[in-house]
Amino acid sequence: MLVRLENRGEISKTMVYASPFIAVVLTLIAGVFLFALLGVNPVEAILSFFITPISTLDGFAELFVKGTPLVLIAVGLSFGFQANVWNIGAEGQLTVGALAGGGLALLFFESESLFLLPAMAAAGILGGMAWAAIPAFLKTRYNTNEILTSLMLVYVALLLLSYLIHGPWKDPEGQNFPESRLFPDAGILPVMIETTRMHVGWLFALAAVATGWILIARHVIGFQIRVTGMAPMAASFAGFKEKRIIWITLLMSGGAAGLAGMVEVSGPIQQIVPNISPGYGFTAIIVAFLGRLHPVGVLFAGLLMALTYLGGENAQIEMNLPNAVTGVFQGMLLFFLLAADVLIKYRVKFGGPKTAGAAEGAG
Amino acid sequence: MPEWFIPFLLSVVTASTPFVFAGIGELVVEKSGVLNLGVEGMMIVGAVSAFAAGVTTGSGPLAVFTGAFAGAAMALIFGVLTLYLLSNQVATGLALTLFGLGLSALMGHGMVGKTFPGLPHLEFPLLEQIPVIGPLIGTLLLGHDVLVYFSVVLVIAVGWFLNKSRAGMVLRAVGENHNAAHSIGYPVNLVRLLAVLFGGAMAGLGGAYLSLVHTPLWVENMTAGRGWIALALVVFASWRPARVFVGAYLFGGLTIMQLHAQGLGIEIPPQVLAMAPYLATIVVLVIISRDSALVRLNAPACLGKSFHATG
Repeated sequence: MLVRLENRGEISKTMVYASPFIAVVLTLIAGVFLFALLGVNPVEAILSFFITPISTLDGFAELFVKGTPLVLIAVGLSFGFQANVWNIGAEGQLTVGALAGGGLALLFFESESLFLLPAMAAAGILGGMAWAAIPAFLKTRYNTNEILTSLMLVYVALLLLSYLIHGPWKDPEGQNFPESRLFPDAGILPVMIETTRMHVGWLFALAAVATGWILIARHVIGFQIRVTGMAPMAASFAGFKEKRIIWITLLMSGGAAGLAGMVEVSGPIQQIVPNISPGYGFTAIIVAFLGRLHPVGVLFAGLLMALTYLGGENAQIEMNLPNAVTGVFQGMLLFFLLAADVLIKYRVKFGGPKTAGAAEGAG
Repeated sequence: MPEWFIPFLLSVVTASTPFVFAGIGELVVEKSGVLNLGVEGMMIVGAVSAFAAGVTTGSGPLAVFTGAFAGAAMALIFGVLTLYLLSNQVATGLALTLFGLGLSALMGHGMVGKTFPGLPHLEFPLLEQIPVIGPLIGTLLLGHDVLVYFSVVLVIAVGWFLNKSRAGMVLRAVGENHNAAHSIGYPVNLVRLLAVLFGGAMAGLGGAYLSLVHTPLWVENMTAGRGWIALALVVFASWRPARVFVGAYLFGGLTIMQLHAQGLGIEIPPQVLAMAPYLATIVVLVIISRDSALVRLNAPACLGKSFHATG
């Protein structure tokens, strides 16, 4: 074999930060081929996907509307991922958060109180936490794999949403559509820039980034989480309680996802509908990795991923391309990122191995 | 015997077969020490590819083959990334599922609303005329499509392969201790790549069965978590092929029961009934994994760990 990987012996800081950029460039190149395969002019399609959507103020503001839930969720997830706690059920926690927060708005639909929004936010966070507490409990108590349980609960949450809006929460004055009534004004997040949809939820996302940054850089729990992920043995020798880390990371990510759900229903949607999220909970997994599991990285990665949603919608309108292109782009980006990440720990060497036995098993 | 009984049992077989394929494929993958969480993604791409091939060519066998091939192609991406570029298996598996869901929606864009006549069934008109036991034997044992029989043969074959064949022993050795297997000269990554490709082909076949026989339609996200349930089945089965088969039929039965419960006049909202398979998966996982010593004993020791040969 002429190409082989050689262990660097240490982590390359440069590659940690270069890898997301390499992945984005490779995704764009692959995108050109994809568009050509779909029979459209690749240059036109790339422009329509990545440039046109943000060329107006409205469009640019929309970037933050879509980025808000992604950043919120991904900041939460990145803590768990560092500690090898794999919460992949954020979509379910988002849904329950939306139901808890939105439910409060429906319960007090004649309210004009200033306390309604904070109460909804708190309910959203608690709802998401409660949903994430189930896998946390099952993992710490019964050693049950959190990947599978958190994922199963996504389906349960979506069915719960469907039940509520087809039944008890259906708008009594509506025309039998599966939708709730509209939230009262007191239950709607104020808009930040007039004439656009950009709402104050973005400030929640920024607050989450700041909190996350402080936790990871300054607080002992951030340190414990990192050590648990990198060296579980060392963590247990140091007396870090593994169960405590599992609880904290799941509750944090669940709470953040729940808040994202509340932000969605009280910001852009303003009622409860059958499809609250176009898969933000899953896309946020990609955002977390692309942002290097660091809150600041997540901030930029979240905006980039928001752009893929906008691009998909725009390309559908302008070029009649199926909206599913968005999912393909997101998946490809994560693949390229994971592939480029090999360069963090290894360097590529050309030519045969120095010793005869070195590369035998790699072939 | 009530009127609905035989159709009910037949629909259980149809609902269970995708679980058998996807579950047995993932079992082989995990036995080799690799955890591929992308079953859902491989399944859905298998489903859409098989359906597209079936609708365009009208050929059942070609459609089935295309589904398996598409699943294996997806698995190849996972294999190259995790085995040769040493990426994290959990993250890569998730990526495979996310990518598969997007890709299938894109591929199936023009397929919505089309139908496929289904796969041919074996028929024994004379046998079915025997009173009472005739229909029972005729339809329940002999009247299925070819893939149902193949799924049974597959479970037996995989059981034999893992426990009795030399190649199967090598595969298990690689899954239990890759360093030892490497040092006695087994090609660890090649064995794993083959296992991953087999797992992908089987997941693709399971998906093909869904879109060609079970529905038979193409609907976006039609796997609806079945790939994830197949992953849970492998844990449920303690990595034993025969138990994967039993588990697949339990879950298949549950999904069908949930559909029939309404017909029987049970006053529960359909959404609550539809939660049953997912909740059952959680319950089953809790029961099995409660005993952590048991799981450690049965799970391949190198499950989920990357292998990099150094000189």
